[in-house]
Amino acid sequence: MKRTISLAALSVAALSAALGAQTMRITGGGATFPNPIYSKWFSEYNRLHPDVQINYQSQGSGFGIQQLTQQTVFFGASDGPMTDEQLKAAPGPIMHLPTVLGAVVPVYNIPNLKADLKFNGTVLADIYLGKITRWNDPAIAKLNAGVTLPAIDITVVHRSDGSGTTYIWVDYLSKVSPEFKSKVGVKTSVNWPAGVGGKGNEGVSALVTQTPGAIGYVELIYALQNKISYGSVQNMDGEFVKASVTSVTAAAASAAANMPADFRVSITNAPGKGVYPISSFTWLLLYQDPKDKAQAKTMVDFLKWALKDGQKYCADLGYAPLPANVVQMEMNALAKIKVG
Amino acid sequence: MARREDLGFRLATGAFALVLILIVCAIGFELTRQSMLSIRKFGLNFWRTETWDPVSGEFGALPFIWGTLYSSILALLIATPIAIGIAVFISELCPAFLRQPLVFLTELLAAIPSIVYGLWGIFVLVPFVRRLEASTPDVLRHTPMFSGPPLGVGMLAAAIILAIMVIPFTSSVAREVLRSVPAAQREGAYALGATRFEAIRAALFYARTGVIGSIMLGFGRALGETMAVTMVIGNNPRVAASLFAPQYTMSAVIANEFTEAADPLYLNALIEIGLVLFIITLIVNALSRLLIWSMARSATRTVPVAAAVETAA
Repeated sequence: MKRTISLAALSVAALSAALGAQTMRITGGGATFPNPIYSKWFSEYNRLHPDVQINYQSQGSGFGIQQLTQQTVFFGASDGPMTDEQLKAAPGPIMHLPTVLGAVVPVYNIPNLKADLKFNGTVLADIYLGKITRWNDPAIAKLNAGVTLPAIDITVVHRSDGSGTTYIWVDYLSKVSPEFKSKVGVKTSVNWPAGVGGKGNEGVSALVTQTPGAIGYVELIYALQNKISYGSVQNMDGEFVKASVTSVTAAAASAAANMPADFRVSITNAPGKGVYPISSFTWLLLYQDPKDKAQAKTMVDFLKWALKDGQKYCADLGYAPLPANVVQMEMNALAKIKVG
Repeated sequence: MARREDLGFRLATGAFALVLILIVCAIGFELTRQSMLSIRKFGLNFWRTETWDPVSGEFGALPFIWGTLYSSILALLIATPIAIGIAVFISELCPAFLRQPLVFLTELLAAIPSIVYGLWGIFVLVPFVRRLEASTPDVLRHTPMFSGPPLGVGMLAAAIILAIMVIPFTSSVAREVLRSVPAAQREGAYALGATRFEAIRAALFYARTGVIGSIMLGFGRALGETMAVTMVIGNNPRVAASLFAPQYTMSAVIANEFTEAADPLYLNALIEIGLVLFIITLIVNALSRLLIWSMARSATRTVPVAAAVETAA
């Protein structure tokens, strides 16, 4: 009995020695969309710096903003920038730092269709408003000359769970359609005038693949990983662009010219050649003057690594890396975080 | 000495019982406190308006209340006869060697996580329901109950999946209740010349409060079920009579939107949905208690076996 106890005491001591008093643990939480790359970053960074452990809870952008405001996590993450109101509710100034880029793509199920469909913003908005209800509608046919569209009903599929994906999608539709903006608006969940809701990317894609005549929207990464074909969307310059790592980065580069100092920018419907119009940054949220200076220093070091070396993991995971000029702006911004 | 131990025992168990009451009160209190913004802004209108618009900050719970009650009642209508049938077969008619495997299988159904039911729902049940809906004759399609396009997802799929999930609970409890019916009841019935069917009816009649209890247990479970339902119901907050229409439930909207609800009113409205669900669950439970209580009271005044045999004959 005694021996077991002393053995247990010994192993506890050994364990705490191994973990070390120096181990820096940082907890963050928020958006689910960047979770794959964040997890990759945290584990890679931990391999380089075994004394740093970053724990990320991917429970949604709203969760990240809330927990950051209540200071229960050290950093937050969100797919949509925080509103002025939310920023005011926080106990201190919060910085937005774009980390990677993503895109949302239209997916559809039309039996026996060979070619990829072309869409533009107005058509997508009218479909999601419930105004275009059949696939052979002249508005769709006009964009897809030479494609025989069947006379079947369109089943609109959207996300049922609150999601950054929805945010990016309705942000785009609101920019191209004033009617969509006034009737629906922009948020992670909205009051959809039409259609059915599927839970998560997988719920939406299951409904679309099963229902002839369905249209839905999923993250580009999800479509790529699951080899779902998706349509191209007309950008501001009039080109029909399919979402890809290149066309999404182009959107970011085009927006970088007018990047506001706080990085809270929507890059949907960005102008420029080769730009995919339904793209977005995802942000990491940090207090500018964090309470714990040691954690702040570690976090800034980590971010410097993530924004430079970390970007090389993007392509494998289907994210678009940040354009170089945005990285430079962020490096300057990181210098403003008070670490001592 | 023994008396003092008795007192201590009584106090200790009493304290545990009190904890339960305190927890229920604390849940009610906390749900109310955290939904104050929404309660103040919408008042009773929250219960009867149909708009759920997080963008403009308009919140009404009616479509969710409707969807929850509609799907649960439908599920109950489908599940109850099947579950009672299973219970009667296992406890009264089943050959002994089949009994254990059957009991095991029904209990296994209850142990399947609801996300698994949900996935099965999406990939197997929903396509099946879609075919069923598409093959519904046009005469029926013009009635409000069966109107709308055959989407597959919707009220019908949700009710079916809920029924499947509720069956093991109802049938397990009903089976135990039937087994606890004294043999004298059945023997009495046979002695009066009852057939097997009549004897089983007598046993069911004798055990009716327990059987009703088992049905209400299933209903309570159906009210709160979240994951499987949200995966097949279509998640559209509109009040509709149609079985084909995509609808929404209270627990589903909380699960779907809670993590992304970042502004205070929105969050408060979602918590108030939780409060509404809490209140409705309390009411349903109180009603079932009342029902059981009134049945138990009337039961003392009649001679069950004779009455059952009489009505059966």
